[in-house]
Amino acid sequence: MNQLALSDEILMQVEKPARYIGNEVNSVIKDKAKTAVRFAMCFPDVYEIGMSHLGIQILYSMLNEWEDVWCERVYSPWVDLDAIMRRESIPLFGLESQEPVRDMDFLGITIQYEMCYTNILQVLELSQIPLLSEDRGEDMPIVIGGGPCTYNPEPIAAFFDLFYIGEGETQYRPLFDWYLENRSQGGTRQDFLRGAAKIPGIYVPQFYEELYNEDGTIRGRRKRYDDIPDVILKEIATDVTAIPYPMKPVVPFIKVTQDRVTLEIQRGCIRGCRFCQAGQLYRPVRERDVDQLKEYAVEMLKNTGHEEISLSSLSSSDYSRLDELLDFLIAECGQRHTNISLPSLRIDSVSLDVMGKVQDVKKSSLTFAPEAGSQRLRDVINKGLTEDDILRGATLAFQGGWTRVKLYFMLGLPTETEEDILGIGDLSNKIAAAFFEAVPKDKRVNGKVQIVTSTSFFIPKPFTPFQWAPMCTKEEFLDKAHLTKQGIMSQLNQKSIKYNWHEADVSVLEGVLARGDRRIAKVIKKAYEKGCMFDSWSEYFHNDLWLDSFKECGVDIGFYTTRERADDEIFPWDFLDCGVTREFLLREWKKAREGTVSPNCKAQCQGCGANRFGCGICYDKDGARG
Amino acid sequence: MKVRIRFAKYGVMKFIGHLDTMRFFQKALRRAEIDVKYSEGFSPHQIMSFAAPLGVGIESFGEYMDIELCSMTSPEDMKRSLNQVMVEGLEILSVTILPDHAKNAMASVAAASYRLHMKEGAFPVEDLCGKIRAFYEQEAIFYTKETKKSVIELDLKQGIYEINSDTDGSVRMLVNASSSGNIKPSMVFEKFCQFAGVEIPAPAYQVVRLETYTDLAGEGEAHRFVPLAEVG
Repeated sequence: MNQLALSDEILMQVEKPARYIGNEVNSVIKDKAKTAVRFAMCFPDVYEIGMSHLGIQILYSMLNEWEDVWCERVYSPWVDLDAIMRRESIPLFGLESQEPVRDMDFLGITIQYEMCYTNILQVLELSQIPLLSEDRGEDMPIVIGGGPCTYNPEPIAAFFDLFYIGEGETQYRPLFDWYLENRSQGGTRQDFLRGAAKIPGIYVPQFYEELYNEDGTIRGRRKRYDDIPDVILKEIATDVTAIPYPMKPVVPFIKVTQDRVTLEIQRGCIRGCRFCQAGQLYRPVRERDVDQLKEYAVEMLKNTGHEEISLSSLSSSDYSRLDELLDFLIAECGQRHTNISLPSLRIDSVSLDVMGKVQDVKKSSLTFAPEAGSQRLRDVINKGLTEDDILRGATLAFQGGWTRVKLYFMLGLPTETEEDILGIGDLSNKIAAAFFEAVPKDKRVNGKVQIVTSTSFFIPKPFTPFQWAPMCTKEEFLDKAHLTKQGIMSQLNQKSIKYNWHEADVSVLEGVLARGDRRIAKVIKKAYEKGCMFDSWSEYFHNDLWLDSFKECGVDIGFYTTRERADDEIFPWDFLDCGVTREFLLREWKKAREGTVSPNCKAQCQGCGANRFGCGICYDKDGARG
Repeated sequence: MKVRIRFAKYGVMKFIGHLDTMRFFQKALRRAEIDVKYSEGFSPHQIMSFAAPLGVGIESFGEYMDIELCSMTSPEDMKRSLNQVMVEGLEILSVTILPDHAKNAMASVAAASYRLHMKEGAFPVEDLCGKIRAFYEQEAIFYTKETKKSVIELDLKQGIYEINSDTDGSVRMLVNASSSGNIKPSMVFEKFCQFAGVEIPAPAYQVVRLETYTDLAGEGEAHRFVPLAEVG
């Protein structure tokens, strides 16, 4: 057995030592003498969160399939161990080999949400790797960023040597081959980066410069070499049935957030909700073959021993072979005493029937995401769900025995009025009323229905039609939450409705980081140096330290959040191409303000541009394009 | 049909807590496709009983769990297929079929034996053997146990059935491990260190549980400790 990186004494002091010992079922140990490339794959948050992420399991499995590569996992040490490692100068290590990250060839960091940016710096510093790319010497690992936040990498560009834009399945092999070739030629780090910048999907930020106008907006970009691309097109797996899938995912010892087998049934989403970044980034929709999914399910359950399987996609109901897959899983899981969890399903009689079969109705709750309180505003955001859909779904659910409903809304959406906000209370009330109508008095469990209404604050994201939209201030957000609360309190059934709202401070910060440019990097670094870390954990979020950092760096928050962008403003992320064109997004932004909806990809092609990849729904025979 | 499984837990696995070890075995039984019996009800679970929970940081070669099966080929087959789905540091040592009337593992536990050794070097105690004898010859060994709610004075002496030092320089003890009178080896060792006038911090030594015993003695008879695996 490997020597652990941490002593018994330290492991006995910290919370959940199992986070740091590796040795999990299906974790991969290789002979390091026989591997040419050592790769540390990092999710910059605590183990339980990072271990729940499907993307890392996919890449971990794919990279370790290659004989010459050893991929290990790295997560953020929790605050207790963080303090000990700093005090005793213990370098951060890979869980598998327990060896320092700084001795590996690559450190790959998946960037799933903006609020993990300070944790990226934590991982770098604990690894004893210089925070800035420009300060790293020849012996340091190449630091790679990937994941949704790399669609605006500029605020964190200074911390990375390169970004991999798009789906990881396609370019890691060419990247490693070039790395090995360069090394055998005795090439330098700069030589490697020069070559890497020409690999499709690879962005090397230090070879580009951001130029500004006097008013602070972006004037353009300058590149250091002529032979590197001006625009980087995202990478995409055109045939999702042909790409590798982790048949033996790592099984954690401790309970993690998603403690189950995850079956990815499709990538992309046909819906085109205008606030949703994932809905644009992962176009076009590509379904996996249903027979292959059935085999995967059986094999993964056998290899992990998990007692639950979950379907993963942005909108499971839109998967064309869902009924067939669920029938199979219900039969298979029944035999194995395995549960099925069904997130992101549209609520109708079919899905309720399925859910009734797989869940304990009394204990589970149903979730609707109307996102906005009025039909007008739902049209603005292109959320296809109508009030009738919701009330019909809720009535069916109540008749089926459910008594708990969760509702998700956003506050601060473009064009939002008081009426829209009050609509949230109205809709919550109508759902409660539907319960009393649908369920006769003598059949009511405890005589009650429980509606949990939650609001988050709208944050405009790059590559969405709302990338031009102004965001609210903290004060405006809180007023809106207050009005929502009043709206709910004035309802007849208010006692059946519980209202939660998201923190406003953290939303404003997320807004800056999401649409920020290179000038934000020094603020992130400053905030980290002041002690900010685990910003997505409310007990560790220090808004005052962030505000001080903005002030000290002379960066105006409002410039990035509340400012309305002109149609032709150059955005920090404009040099990236996710397939969807700027013209399409601008068209959608105009349609949004007119309150005009756009049909989904299945109903009618909107010409978003993603058909250039030559795959998926754009070319399916029952798709609109033919 | 009930079987009793004896297993070892050592190396880095000593950092996995009791509940997580249970979860590990639930998944392992499924990986090995053992035909375990499930409870009735809406969320059925495997029928499983663990003997004596092992503290985090302690290694063991005498851990037990009982499971109920619908069918099995042979204990040897089961041991083999379970060992194929273990990780380093968890090992199935034996599988025994239990008689139908057997008490479950947890209810059966009466005592456990332990070995304590320094992680590096030897115990810094002169005449370890003699000191231990003198320690044990005391009439009473009072230990003050502080819980969240109260402070209790325990006499450990009654629960220590044997204590001595081995030729390899380790300390061995057989102590009460029943649900009513469980004694932690670290409590005994702490008192011994006080007695011997030495200070040995907990991280410096390793505790290993060697075996878990049941007591076959009838009422009023002297203890007759038998390893849990030898019942049935």
